[in-house]
Amino acid sequence: MPAAGALVQPGFGTIFLRSILPLCAVLAFALFMQGVAKPWLAPFHAKVVIDIGIAIIAAVSLNLVNGLTGQFSMGHAGFMAVGGYFGAAITYYGSFRLFGDASFRGGWVSWALATEHFTGGAIASGDFLFLAACIVGGLAAAALGYVVALPSLRLRGDYLAIVTLGFGEIIRVLLTQTNDVLATAEEVRNTPLWRLPLHLGGALGFSSAVGIPSYASHFWVALWVGVVILVSIRLKRSSSGRALLAIREDEIAAEAMGVNTTGYKVRAFVISAFFAGVAGCLFAHVIGTTLNPKELGFQKSFDIIIMVVLGGMGSVSGAVIAAIILTVLPEVLRDFNSYRMIIYALALILMMILRPKGLFGVNEVWEIAPVRRLLRRLGLGGPRPPKKSIGSGARRERGAP
Amino acid sequence: MTRPSTSAAASVRHLARVLSLRPRGPGALHETTIRRSLGSLLCLGAAISLSACGGGSADKKSADGSSGNASSSAREGPDPNDKSDILIGSYNSMTGSEATFGQSTYAGIQLAIEEINAGGGVNGRKLVVRNYDTQGKSQEAGTAVTRLITDDEVTAIIGEVASSLSIAGGRVAQQYGVPMISPSSTNAQVTQIGDMVFRVCFVDSFQGYVAAKFLRENLKFDKVAVLFDQSQAYSKGLKDDFSKAFIALGGTIIGEQAFTGGDPDFSAQLTTIRSLSPQAIYVPGYYTDVGNIALQARKLGIGKNVPLIGGDGWDSSKLAEIGGDAIEGSFYSNHYSPDQPSPEVKQFVEKFTAKFGQMPDGLAALGYDATLILADAMKRAKSLDGKDLAAAIAATQDFAAVTGTISIDANRNASKAAVVVQMKGGKPVFVAAVEPLK
Amino acid sequence: MIDLLQTLLNAIAVGSFYALVALGYTMVYGILKFINFAHSDIVMLGAWTAFVVARAAGLAGEEPGWFAGPLILVTAMVACGALGFTIERLAYRPLRSAPRLNVLITAIGVSLLLQNIGQLPWVFGTQPQKMPNLLPPIPDLSIGPVPVPLVDVIGFGTAVVLMLLLERLVFHSKLGRAMRACAHDPKVAALMGIPVDRVISFTFVLGSALAAAGGVLFALKYSGLKQPADASWVLLGLKAFVAAVIGGIGNVRGAMLGGFLIAFIEIFGAKYLSPNLRDVYVFALLIIVLLVRPGGLLGRATVEKV
Repeated sequence: MPAAGALVQPGFGTIFLRSILPLCAVLAFALFMQGVAKPWLAPFHAKVVIDIGIAIIAAVSLNLVNGLTGQFSMGHAGFMAVGGYFGAAITYYGSFRLFGDASFRGGWVSWALATEHFTGGAIASGDFLFLAACIVGGLAAAALGYVVALPSLRLRGDYLAIVTLGFGEIIRVLLTQTNDVLATAEEVRNTPLWRLPLHLGGALGFSSAVGIPSYASHFWVALWVGVVILVSIRLKRSSSGRALLAIREDEIAAEAMGVNTTGYKVRAFVISAFFAGVAGCLFAHVIGTTLNPKELGFQKSFDIIIMVVLGGMGSVSGAVIAAIILTVLPEVLRDFNSYRMIIYALALILMMILRPKGLFGVNEVWEIAPVRRLLRRLGLGGPRPPKKSIGSGARRERGAP
Repeated sequence: MTRPSTSAAASVRHLARVLSLRPRGPGALHETTIRRSLGSLLCLGAAISLSACGGGSADKKSADGSSGNASSSAREGPDPNDKSDILIGSYNSMTGSEATFGQSTYAGIQLAIEEINAGGGVNGRKLVVRNYDTQGKSQEAGTAVTRLITDDEVTAIIGEVASSLSIAGGRVAQQYGVPMISPSSTNAQVTQIGDMVFRVCFVDSFQGYVAAKFLRENLKFDKVAVLFDQSQAYSKGLKDDFSKAFIALGGTIIGEQAFTGGDPDFSAQLTTIRSLSPQAIYVPGYYTDVGNIALQARKLGIGKNVPLIGGDGWDSSKLAEIGGDAIEGSFYSNHYSPDQPSPEVKQFVEKFTAKFGQMPDGLAALGYDATLILADAMKRAKSLDGKDLAAAIAATQDFAAVTGTISIDANRNASKAAVVVQMKGGKPVFVAAVEPLK
Repeated sequence: MIDLLQTLLNAIAVGSFYALVALGYTMVYGILKFINFAHSDIVMLGAWTAFVVARAAGLAGEEPGWFAGPLILVTAMVACGALGFTIERLAYRPLRSAPRLNVLITAIGVSLLLQNIGQLPWVFGTQPQKMPNLLPPIPDLSIGPVPVPLVDVIGFGTAVVLMLLLERLVFHSKLGRAMRACAHDPKVAALMGIPVDRVISFTFVLGSALAAAGGVLFALKYSGLKQPADASWVLLGLKAFVAAVIGGIGNVRGAMLGGFLIAFIEIFGAKYLSPNLRDVYVFALLIIVLLVRPGGLLGRATVEKV
């Protein structure tokens, strides 16, 4: 008989359900968005929803580094650029190499707002190419994140901000140096594989007469949104997540307790960069977007940082809500554009002075007191979490006597 | 507990572990995590759909690739008794670093619409324009055009100035089958998108040729250096076209230097150019940088006898303000010059100065011309349906516009003359016109 | 040879304002241990204030006298000093004991706020403007065939004078000693009777004034004044910050050295390597220095006590 408080390993069935069900839920959500939500929405609103999804992925992935780990990365848009360009190159040049031209070859799942008539049924050959492009784009960004993180994360937080900003700028300048995008199957066939990455469009951006086939549909965006949210929440609740939060609270104490701070920081950085690359790849394949280096500079990084900070550093749902609001707001406040940034800036300053944790702090939206009470009343609430939630402990000034 | 390593494999393993989710001990997962995850995901989906304030899209236009062209049912047919307003859309950079371009273009459009409506409108129907600000970003351009077509249901679109934004908007317009006329995007790719995208200005290959021809034949120069903005596709493309044309006409490009738009300091590049002793320097940039370049060039000792030559990106009243004396005597190719002797130009300049209180620049003239050509095509078209209207625009021949006699060629570009102007007394003065190659 | 000399002169001219702006960064970091992201916007505001004042005083297009330049410079410095004081009081002081991350974010917020308020049509507008000429009517000099523009000479001279004054203040005056004490350990300094709050405010005022001076000199040299939210101001601030870091953050002499060093690397790299990558050189140098010698050239690696 296990003593009170002893560890009990859950049964196989429970483990299986806990692993598979969330993934099924994500898939169901993606299918719901593509099949039900998209036809129901007006096309303009549907495009805004795609923009929102991409913003959510960017914000939630940045939340891993800025929020959970407390490091200040300001080069997030650079990772998006890397992922976007890699993904676009794979889709575009891959289409030429595999199929002979860069026209849209997706199935129903990739059917975006108004693309050409989709071939095949639910899934076609182009979809696999796009999925590969997203994953490879993400991995490329992750690799770059590793390269950036290793030297920088040994430095103090302030320096990391500048170094990541510098890296973002370096990426932008290097992308501007690339040559024109090849536009015919002839040229693509005649260029050796290793030379293709030199043709990324330069200053005009990745565009040619043909254009990148627009695979980014509600399905894909929703799928990746689900994955990144799932990964974030699970990471946060795992012991790795606790390690990250410990690093955020007091790095020296965490190191003293045996947490390999550099290792965890690098890993958070790499995972965050992966999803930033995926967001960039999706961004590149949205219809009506020209992927160019100027738009993925530090101003975009700032936009994402604002989302994470306002939503709550460390709160996944906070980042999601902030991303939604801050993507929809410019459309709604079109006439007051110049005042919008002033309001954001004031909100940022006031938030830091009055409520430095952000809207939700490190808690998720269902963990804050009023929502918890509501859920309990509806019968959905779980056991009471411990009195002091993570991150609200008293902070001591380093070096206080 | 094993000490995690920092290797890449560890990251991948870690990711796999996180995704496959074997619980790592007690308290890692609450009992109701699954319920919460499901619930929250569905809430998320509902929130996203609701926040987009959609609903009832049955009567909204949506492009359906699988059915035939269902758009004609949403369009007004050629009903002679239909006197409702025609809504056209425009998207410009009203804010951002190239704000004057968008503001000028929109001013030209507004003047044209006023004139058309005063003259009875198009077949008796008034024109109304809906304008969206793209803030100089291509993502905004795509959203603006999508909104114009699907939300506002415009008949045609006018925009943009910057080529990368025109390309973004053009793709959307092509997808939905709505004609789009770019007033001043000069990059070749814009009209290659499809048969719905037109332009009423010349392309960069012609503009480069114009400058090359002027330098070779009028000024008789054969040694020219080039200083271009590598962060702007416009500048880079124009530089390439100019170099090709100049070499083909027998000249030599003795040096090529690049700068990044927005950089204030050109001393390094200009020092190198100075040591090459060119007869002229080709600077296909935007006016914001060119003024500074001229000042620094003169300060470094590159005298007035070495003129700067540029393209239509120079066209702004700010150029003379910033460049001052340093830019005197320099040339640039443009769409028109306010002191050209043609009657259309005179009338346009008069009306524009009366309405807005300042001299119209090339972009305002192009916005004006684009609107006039669109209205003319609407009068000639069989119907205001996308395909018919596009065919009518494509058939435009010898239209007497402010910026010259415009004919739309087979590539949907404008075949028209360009002018070369010289900065004299702080104003651009007409020097020569170059006809298009037949 | 001529080119070499010219490049050298260019680098010295550009280094002057990098050094002035870097001084502001380093002083603030020394005392408060955070990067003031809003510093580049104070540079911008200094330049624009000088423009507005000069235009209001009717100096546009005329030949200014001998006193117009210094007067407007001092006006801009005073205005920005006051602005720096206000920002410190309202935005940074409440966060004195907050984690560094929050203060960084607030600094970003202040930076965005200043940029966008500057862009409003009834403040400075969104158009680039031409900076009026504020230099006294002396003809340009030249060393042999290499012209030395007056604006460069005056810029360098002003920067050197200001730096000497600052050096005198920080190292040979009571106030300077108080500043250095606060930078070393604010709590003990407070115990010793130093009014830490006032010293911090004064440091901000000083840093902002120097930034304004850098901005005015910058605007005089590159007289096309870019609009307030233009990325070039942020880039200028970034490079100046890199200069401060390379010289040793918190170290006043290091900032001056770093400013000129960065200018040399950037200008010589642009001339002799490739002008396309001039920003890359600066950031690459930053990364190398941070890896090899994180304390900077003149700084010391500090031991962090828990």
